[in-house]
Amino acid sequence: MKRLRTTMMFLPGMNAAMLRDAGIYGADALMFDLEDAVSMKEKDAARFLVHEALRTIDYGQAETVVRINELDTFGRQDILAMVDAGVEVIRLPKTETAQDIIDVDQAISAAEDRLGKKQGQTHMMAAIESAEGIFNARDIAKASDRLIGIALGAEDYVTNLQTRRYPDGQELAFGRSMILHAARAAGVDAIDTVYSDIENEAGFREEVQRIKALGFNGKSVVNPRQIPIVKEIFAPTQKEIYQASRVIKGIQEAEANNSGVISVDGKMVDKPIVERAQRVMQLAEASGLIKNGGQN
Amino acid sequence: MNVELKHQAIAGTTESSDIQIMIEPNTNEGIEIQLDSSVQFQFGKQIKLVIMDTLEKLDITQAYVKATDQGALDCTVKARTLTAAFRAADIDQDYDWQVID
Repeated sequence: MKRLRTTMMFLPGMNAAMLRDAGIYGADALMFDLEDAVSMKEKDAARFLVHEALRTIDYGQAETVVRINELDTFGRQDILAMVDAGVEVIRLPKTETAQDIIDVDQAISAAEDRLGKKQGQTHMMAAIESAEGIFNARDIAKASDRLIGIALGAEDYVTNLQTRRYPDGQELAFGRSMILHAARAAGVDAIDTVYSDIENEAGFREEVQRIKALGFNGKSVVNPRQIPIVKEIFAPTQKEIYQASRVIKGIQEAEANNSGVISVDGKMVDKPIVERAQRVMQLAEASGLIKNGGQN
Repeated sequence: MNVELKHQAIAGTTESSDIQIMIEPNTNEGIEIQLDSSVQFQFGKQIKLVIMDTLEKLDITQAYVKATDQGALDCTVKARTLTAAFRAADIDQDYDWQVID
Protein backbone atom coordinates (compact mmCIF):
# COMPACT_ATOMS: atom_id res chain seq x y z
CA MET A 1 0.00 0.00 0.00
CA LYS A 2 1.23 3.47 -0.90
CA ARG A 3 2.69 5.39 2.00
CA LEU A 4 0.78 8.41 3.28
CA ARG A 5 2.59 11.69 3.78
CA THR A 6 -0.20 13.92 5.04
CA THR A 7 1.97 15.46 7.73
CA MET A 8 5.74 15.90 7.65
CA MET A 9 7.06 17.40 10.90
CA PHE A 10 10.26 19.49 10.84
CA LEU A 11 12.67 18.86 13.71
CA PRO A 12 15.87 20.83 14.32
CA GLY A 13 18.70 18.28 14.22
CA MET A 14 20.44 19.85 17.21
CA ASN A 15 17.53 19.56 19.66
CA ALA A 16 17.89 16.42 21.79
CA ALA A 17 14.50 16.77 23.50
CA MET A 18 12.59 17.13 20.24
CA LEU A 19 14.41 14.17 18.70
CA ARG A 20 13.48 12.08 21.75
CA ASP A 21 9.77 12.97 21.61
CA ALA A 22 9.29 13.24 17.84
CA GLY A 23 7.53 9.90 17.46
CA ILE A 24 4.66 10.55 19.85
CA TYR A 25 2.70 13.15 17.88
CA GLY A 26 1.45 10.94 15.07
CA ALA A 27 3.18 12.64 12.12
CA ASP A 28 3.34 10.48 8.99
CA ALA A 29 6.92 11.59 8.38
CA LEU A 30 9.62 13.14 10.58
CA MET A 31 12.06 15.48 8.86
CA PHE A 32 15.27 15.93 10.82
CA ASP A 33 16.93 19.12 9.70
CA LEU A 34 20.70 19.35 9.35
CA GLU A 35 20.51 22.44 7.14
CA ASP A 36 18.90 25.80 7.98
CA ALA A 37 17.95 24.89 11.56
CA VAL A 38 21.58 24.14 12.49
CA SER A 39 24.31 26.79 12.82
CA MET A 40 27.56 26.31 10.90
CA LYS A 41 29.56 25.51 14.02
CA GLU A 42 27.10 22.80 15.15
CA LYS A 43 26.84 20.86 11.87
CA ASP A 44 28.99 18.02 13.22
CA ALA A 45 27.06 17.84 16.50
CA ALA A 46 23.66 17.70 14.77
CA ARG A 47 24.91 15.04 12.34
CA PHE A 48 26.07 12.78 15.20
CA LEU A 49 22.90 13.41 17.20
CA VAL A 50 20.53 12.57 14.33
CA HIS A 51 22.68 9.57 13.39
CA GLU A 52 22.47 8.12 16.91
CA ALA A 53 18.76 8.97 17.26
CA LEU A 54 17.91 7.18 14.00
CA ARG A 55 19.87 4.11 15.07
CA THR A 56 18.35 3.99 18.55
CA ILE A 57 14.90 5.55 18.89
CA ASP A 58 11.82 3.70 17.66
CA TYR A 59 9.82 6.20 15.63
CA GLY A 60 7.08 3.65 14.96
CA GLN A 61 5.30 3.95 11.63
CA ALA A 62 6.69 7.42 10.89
CA GLU A 63 8.87 7.71 7.80
CA THR A 64 12.28 9.15 8.63
CA VAL A 65 13.55 11.96 6.42
CA VAL A 66 16.74 13.99 6.82
CA ARG A 67 17.26 17.37 5.17
CA ILE A 68 20.94 17.46 4.31
CA ASN A 69 23.18 20.40 3.54
CA GLU A 70 24.11 21.18 -0.03
CA LEU A 71 26.71 18.84 -1.55
CA ASP A 72 29.37 21.53 -1.81
CA THR A 73 29.18 22.25 1.93
CA PHE A 74 28.45 19.40 4.37
CA GLY A 75 26.08 17.37 2.18
CA ARG A 76 28.41 14.47 1.36
CA GLN A 77 29.23 13.90 5.02
CA ASP A 78 25.53 14.12 5.90
CA ILE A 79 24.69 11.50 3.27
CA LEU A 80 27.32 9.04 4.49
CA ALA A 81 26.18 9.37 8.10
CA MET A 82 22.47 9.13 7.34
CA VAL A 83 22.80 6.17 4.97
CA ASP A 84 24.82 4.45 7.69
CA ALA A 85 22.03 5.18 10.18
CA GLY A 86 19.45 3.68 7.81
CA VAL A 87 17.42 6.81 7.09
CA GLU A 88 14.53 6.19 4.72
CA VAL A 89 14.62 9.45 2.77
CA ILE A 90 17.32 12.03 2.06
CA ARG A 91 15.83 15.46 1.35
CA LEU A 92 17.84 17.80 -0.83
CA PRO A 93 17.32 21.53 -0.22
CA LYS A 94 17.30 24.28 -2.84
CA THR A 95 17.04 21.94 -5.83
CA GLU A 96 17.36 23.87 -9.06
CA THR A 97 18.08 21.30 -11.78
CA ALA A 98 17.80 17.59 -12.52
CA GLN A 99 21.59 17.45 -12.25
CA ASP A 100 21.32 18.37 -8.54
CA ILE A 101 19.23 15.23 -8.04
CA ILE A 102 21.57 13.08 -10.13
CA ASP A 103 24.57 14.28 -8.09
CA VAL A 104 22.90 13.40 -4.78
CA ASP A 105 21.66 10.09 -6.19
CA GLN A 106 25.27 9.21 -7.08
CA ALA A 107 26.53 10.27 -3.65
CA ILE A 108 23.88 8.06 -2.02
CA SER A 109 24.81 5.13 -4.28
CA ALA A 110 28.47 5.54 -3.33
CA ALA A 111 27.53 5.63 0.37
CA GLU A 112 25.34 2.52 0.07
CA ASP A 113 28.19 0.69 -1.66
CA ARG A 114 30.80 1.79 0.85
CA LEU A 115 28.64 0.88 3.85
CA GLY A 116 27.41 -2.44 2.46
CA LYS A 117 23.79 -1.30 2.27
CA LYS A 118 21.30 -2.52 -0.29
CA GLN A 119 21.58 -0.41 -3.44
CA GLY A 120 18.50 1.80 -3.81
CA GLN A 121 17.21 1.40 -0.25
CA THR A 122 17.57 5.13 0.46
CA HIS A 123 14.88 7.28 -1.11
CA MET A 124 15.06 10.96 -1.97
CA MET A 125 12.91 14.07 -1.77
CA ALA A 126 13.63 17.38 -3.43
CA ALA A 127 12.74 20.77 -2.02
CA ILE A 128 12.26 23.41 -4.70
CA GLU A 129 12.83 26.93 -3.46
CA SER A 130 13.51 29.20 -6.45
CA ALA A 131 12.05 30.32 -9.77
CA GLU A 132 14.74 28.30 -11.57
CA GLY A 133 13.76 25.21 -9.63
CA ILE A 134 10.06 25.74 -10.32
CA PHE A 135 10.66 25.95 -14.06
CA ASN A 136 12.72 22.73 -13.88
CA ALA A 137 10.28 20.96 -11.55
CA ARG A 138 9.20 18.34 -14.10
CA ASP A 139 12.78 17.32 -14.93
CA ILE A 140 13.69 17.34 -11.23
CA ALA A 141 10.74 15.08 -10.35
CA LYS A 142 11.78 12.56 -13.03
CA ALA A 143 15.53 12.65 -12.38
CA SER A 144 15.90 9.62 -10.10
CA ASP A 145 14.09 6.39 -9.29
CA ARG A 146 14.87 7.12 -5.66
CA LEU A 147 12.62 10.17 -5.67
CA ILE A 148 9.38 9.76 -3.71
CA GLY A 149 8.27 13.38 -3.60
CA ILE A 150 8.94 17.02 -4.27
CA ALA A 151 8.17 19.85 -1.90
CA LEU A 152 7.78 23.58 -2.09
CA GLY A 153 10.08 25.57 0.19
CA ALA A 154 8.16 28.82 0.27
CA GLU A 155 10.31 31.12 2.39
CA ASP A 156 13.32 31.04 0.06
CA TYR A 157 10.99 30.93 -2.95
CA VAL A 158 9.14 34.17 -2.14
CA THR A 159 12.45 35.86 -1.34
CA ASN A 160 13.70 34.79 -4.76
CA LEU A 161 10.50 36.18 -6.32
CA GLN A 162 11.12 39.49 -4.50
CA THR A 163 7.89 39.27 -2.55
CA ARG A 164 6.79 37.86 0.82
CA ARG A 165 4.09 35.49 2.00
CA TYR A 166 0.54 36.84 2.06
CA PRO A 167 -2.50 35.35 3.83
CA ASP A 168 -4.27 34.37 0.62
CA GLY A 169 -1.20 32.56 -0.78
CA GLN A 170 -1.61 34.16 -4.21
CA GLU A 171 2.17 34.61 -4.50
CA LEU A 172 2.57 30.80 -4.29
CA ALA A 173 -0.20 29.89 -6.75
CA PHE A 174 2.05 29.35 -9.76
CA GLY A 175 4.78 27.56 -7.82
CA ARG A 176 2.30 25.23 -6.12
CA SER A 177 0.63 24.37 -9.43
CA MET A 178 3.97 23.66 -11.05
CA ILE A 179 5.08 21.43 -8.15
CA LEU A 180 1.81 19.55 -8.18
CA HIS A 181 1.79 18.96 -11.93
CA ALA A 182 5.46 17.94 -11.96
CA ALA A 183 4.81 15.48 -9.13
CA ARG A 184 1.81 13.97 -10.83
CA ALA A 185 3.62 13.72 -14.17
CA ALA A 186 6.43 11.82 -12.43
CA GLY A 187 4.18 9.74 -10.18
CA VAL A 188 5.63 11.09 -6.93
CA ASP A 189 4.12 12.94 -3.96
CA ALA A 190 3.68 16.70 -3.68
CA ILE A 191 4.26 18.14 -0.21
CA ASP A 192 3.37 21.72 0.62
CA THR A 193 5.51 24.20 2.49
CA VAL A 194 5.45 25.09 6.19
CA TYR A 195 3.10 27.62 7.79
CA SER A 196 5.25 29.36 10.36
CA ASP A 197 2.65 31.49 12.21
CA ILE A 198 1.88 28.82 14.80
CA GLU A 199 -0.57 31.00 16.75
CA ASN A 200 -2.75 31.67 13.68
CA GLU A 201 -4.86 28.51 13.59
CA ALA A 202 -7.53 30.00 11.32
CA GLY A 203 -4.92 31.00 8.74
CA PHE A 204 -3.32 27.57 8.94
CA ARG A 205 -6.67 25.84 8.40
CA GLU A 206 -7.39 27.97 5.34
CA GLU A 207 -4.00 27.14 3.85
CA VAL A 208 -4.38 23.39 4.48
CA GLN A 209 -7.86 23.42 2.90
CA ARG A 210 -6.43 25.27 -0.11
CA ILE A 211 -3.57 22.83 -0.72
CA LYS A 212 -5.81 19.81 -0.16
CA ALA A 213 -8.19 21.16 -2.83
CA LEU A 214 -5.25 21.63 -5.21
CA GLY A 215 -4.34 17.97 -4.79
CA PHE A 216 -1.25 18.03 -2.54
CA ASN A 217 -0.49 14.84 -0.62
CA GLY A 218 0.31 16.66 2.57
CA LYS A 219 1.71 19.58 4.48
CA SER A 220 4.98 20.27 6.23
CA VAL A 221 4.41 21.21 9.87
CA VAL A 222 6.67 23.01 12.33
CA ASN A 223 4.75 22.33 15.53
CA PRO A 224 2.97 19.22 16.83
CA ARG A 225 -0.18 21.32 17.36
CA GLN A 226 -0.54 21.59 13.59
CA ILE A 227 -0.68 17.80 13.06
CA PRO A 228 -4.27 17.09 14.20
CA ILE A 229 -5.53 20.05 12.16
CA VAL A 230 -3.98 18.70 8.94
CA LYS A 231 -5.25 15.19 9.70
CA GLU A 232 -8.76 16.52 10.39
CA ILE A 233 -8.87 18.46 7.12
CA PHE A 234 -7.43 15.61 5.06
CA ALA A 235 -9.70 13.04 6.76
CA PRO A 236 -12.53 11.85 4.51
CA THR A 237 -16.19 12.26 5.52
CA GLN A 238 -18.31 9.30 6.65
CA LYS A 239 -20.17 9.46 3.33
CA GLU A 240 -16.88 9.32 1.38
CA ILE A 241 -15.70 6.37 3.46
CA TYR A 242 -19.00 4.53 2.94
CA GLN A 243 -18.89 5.02 -0.84
CA ALA A 244 -15.21 4.08 -1.03
CA SER A 245 -15.74 0.94 1.03
CA ARG A 246 -18.53 -0.15 -1.36
CA VAL A 247 -16.21 0.37 -4.32
CA ILE A 248 -13.43 -1.67 -2.67
CA LYS A 249 -15.87 -4.42 -1.73
CA GLY A 250 -17.26 -4.42 -5.27
CA ILE A 251 -13.76 -4.79 -6.72
CA GLN A 252 -12.90 -7.63 -4.31
CA GLU A 253 -16.07 -9.48 -5.25
CA ALA A 254 -15.42 -8.92 -8.96
CA GLU A 255 -11.90 -10.30 -8.57
CA ALA A 256 -13.20 -13.33 -6.69
CA ASN A 257 -15.69 -13.98 -9.50
CA ASN A 258 -13.13 -13.24 -12.25
CA SER A 259 -15.41 -10.47 -13.46
CA GLY A 260 -13.65 -7.60 -15.24
CA VAL A 261 -16.27 -4.89 -14.93
CA ILE A 262 -18.25 -3.91 -11.87
CA SER A 263 -20.86 -1.36 -10.98
CA VAL A 264 -21.75 0.09 -7.59
CA ASP A 265 -25.13 1.71 -7.00
CA GLY A 266 -25.79 1.51 -10.72
CA LYS A 267 -22.60 3.34 -11.72
CA MET A 268 -19.73 1.69 -13.54
CA VAL A 269 -16.53 1.59 -11.49
CA ASP A 270 -13.34 2.15 -13.45
CA LYS A 271 -9.67 2.54 -12.51
CA PRO A 272 -9.68 6.22 -11.44
CA ILE A 273 -12.65 5.58 -9.16
CA VAL A 274 -10.89 2.60 -7.59
CA GLU A 275 -7.72 4.64 -7.04
CA ARG A 276 -9.68 7.45 -5.41
CA ALA A 277 -11.51 4.93 -3.23
CA GLN A 278 -8.21 3.35 -2.13
CA ARG A 279 -6.85 6.78 -1.19
CA VAL A 280 -10.00 7.60 0.79
CA MET A 281 -9.66 4.34 2.74
CA GLN A 282 -5.97 4.99 3.36
CA LEU A 283 -6.70 8.49 4.65
CA ALA A 284 -9.56 7.15 6.76
CA GLU A 285 -7.26 4.58 8.36
CA ALA A 286 -4.50 7.12 8.91
CA SER A 287 -7.02 9.44 10.52
CA GLY A 288 -8.16 6.69 12.89
CA LEU A 289 -11.66 6.58 11.40
CA ILE A 290 -11.38 2.91 10.40
CA LYS A 291 -9.07 0.01 11.23
CA ASN A 292 -7.50 -2.71 9.06
CA GLY A 293 -8.56 -1.01 5.83
CA GLY A 294 -12.20 -1.12 6.89
CA GLN A 295 -12.23 -4.94 7.03
CA ASN A 296 -13.73 -5.00 10.54
CA MET B 1 40.36 4.06 14.73
CA ASN B 2 42.97 6.10 16.54
CA VAL B 3 41.72 9.45 17.76
CA GLU B 4 44.37 11.54 19.47
CA LEU B 5 43.09 14.29 21.73
CA LYS B 6 45.02 17.49 21.08
CA HIS B 7 43.17 20.10 23.13
CA GLN B 8 40.03 20.72 25.13
CA ALA B 9 36.69 20.63 23.32
CA ILE B 10 33.02 20.89 24.26
CA ALA B 11 29.85 19.51 22.70
CA GLY B 12 26.18 19.49 23.64
CA THR B 13 24.04 21.87 25.64
CA THR B 14 22.64 22.22 29.15
CA GLU B 15 19.05 22.09 27.85
CA SER B 16 16.60 19.47 29.06
CA SER B 17 17.25 15.94 27.68
CA ASP B 18 20.75 16.93 26.56
CA ILE B 19 24.23 16.49 28.00
CA GLN B 20 27.25 18.75 27.71
CA ILE B 21 30.55 16.93 27.36
CA MET B 22 33.88 18.66 27.92
CA ILE B 23 36.88 16.51 27.06
CA GLU B 24 40.61 17.18 27.24
CA PRO B 25 43.87 15.23 27.14
CA ASN B 26 44.84 13.73 30.50
CA THR B 27 48.37 13.26 31.72
CA ASN B 28 47.17 10.56 34.12
CA GLU B 29 46.58 6.99 32.91
CA GLY B 30 43.01 6.05 32.07
CA ILE B 31 39.80 7.96 31.62
CA GLU B 32 38.52 10.20 34.41
CA ILE B 33 34.88 11.22 34.30
CA GLN B 34 33.35 13.91 36.48
CA LEU B 35 29.57 13.66 36.13
CA ASP B 36 27.00 16.17 37.27
CA SER B 37 23.54 14.80 36.52
CA SER B 38 19.97 15.47 37.56
CA VAL B 39 19.49 11.69 37.47
CA GLN B 40 22.86 10.83 39.03
CA PHE B 41 21.60 8.28 41.58
CA GLN B 42 19.58 6.22 39.13
CA PHE B 43 21.55 6.57 35.90
CA GLY B 44 25.00 7.86 36.84
CA LYS B 45 26.73 4.51 36.29
CA GLN B 46 25.00 4.00 32.95
CA ILE B 47 25.95 7.47 31.66
CA LYS B 48 29.60 6.90 32.59
CA LEU B 49 29.51 3.48 30.93
CA VAL B 50 28.25 4.98 27.66
CA ILE B 51 30.98 7.65 27.73
CA MET B 52 33.65 5.00 28.42
CA ASP B 53 32.39 2.65 25.69
CA THR B 54 32.28 5.47 23.16
CA LEU B 55 35.84 6.59 23.92
CA GLU B 56 37.07 2.99 23.78
CA LYS B 57 35.69 2.63 20.25
CA LEU B 58 37.90 5.57 19.27
CA ASP B 59 40.92 4.01 21.01
CA ILE B 60 41.05 6.88 23.49
CA THR B 61 42.65 5.58 26.68
CA GLN B 62 43.67 8.80 28.41
CA ALA B 63 41.19 11.63 28.84
CA TYR B 64 39.52 13.88 31.38
CA VAL B 65 35.78 14.26 30.82
CA LYS B 66 33.41 16.64 32.56
CA ALA B 67 29.79 15.81 31.81
CA THR B 68 26.79 17.95 32.74
CA ASP B 69 23.67 15.89 32.17
CA GLN B 70 20.06 17.03 31.99
CA GLY B 71 18.43 13.63 31.52
CA ALA B 72 19.92 12.66 28.16
CA LEU B 73 19.16 9.34 26.48
CA ASP B 74 22.10 6.98 25.92
CA CYS B 75 22.12 7.85 22.21
CA THR B 76 22.46 11.54 23.07
CA VAL B 77 25.31 10.80 25.50
CA LYS B 78 27.08 8.86 22.77
CA ALA B 79 26.51 11.54 20.12
CA ARG B 80 27.81 14.34 22.32
CA THR B 81 30.83 12.28 23.40
CA LEU B 82 31.71 11.53 19.77
CA THR B 83 31.35 15.18 18.80
CA ALA B 84 33.54 16.41 21.66
CA ALA B 85 36.22 13.76 21.04
CA PHE B 86 36.47 14.44 17.30
CA ARG B 87 36.56 18.19 17.93
CA ALA B 88 39.35 17.71 20.47
CA ALA B 89 41.26 15.67 17.86
CA ASP B 90 40.67 18.24 15.07
CA ILE B 91 38.90 15.61 12.95
CA ASP B 92 35.96 17.04 11.04
CA GLN B 93 35.50 14.58 8.16
CA ASP B 94 36.13 11.01 6.95
CA TYR B 95 34.69 9.43 10.08
CA ASP B 96 34.73 5.65 10.15
CA TRP B 97 31.01 5.07 10.67
CA GLN B 98 31.35 1.32 10.98
CA VAL B 99 33.67 1.78 13.96
CA ILE B 100 31.42 4.45 15.45
CA ASP B 101 28.42 2.08 15.24
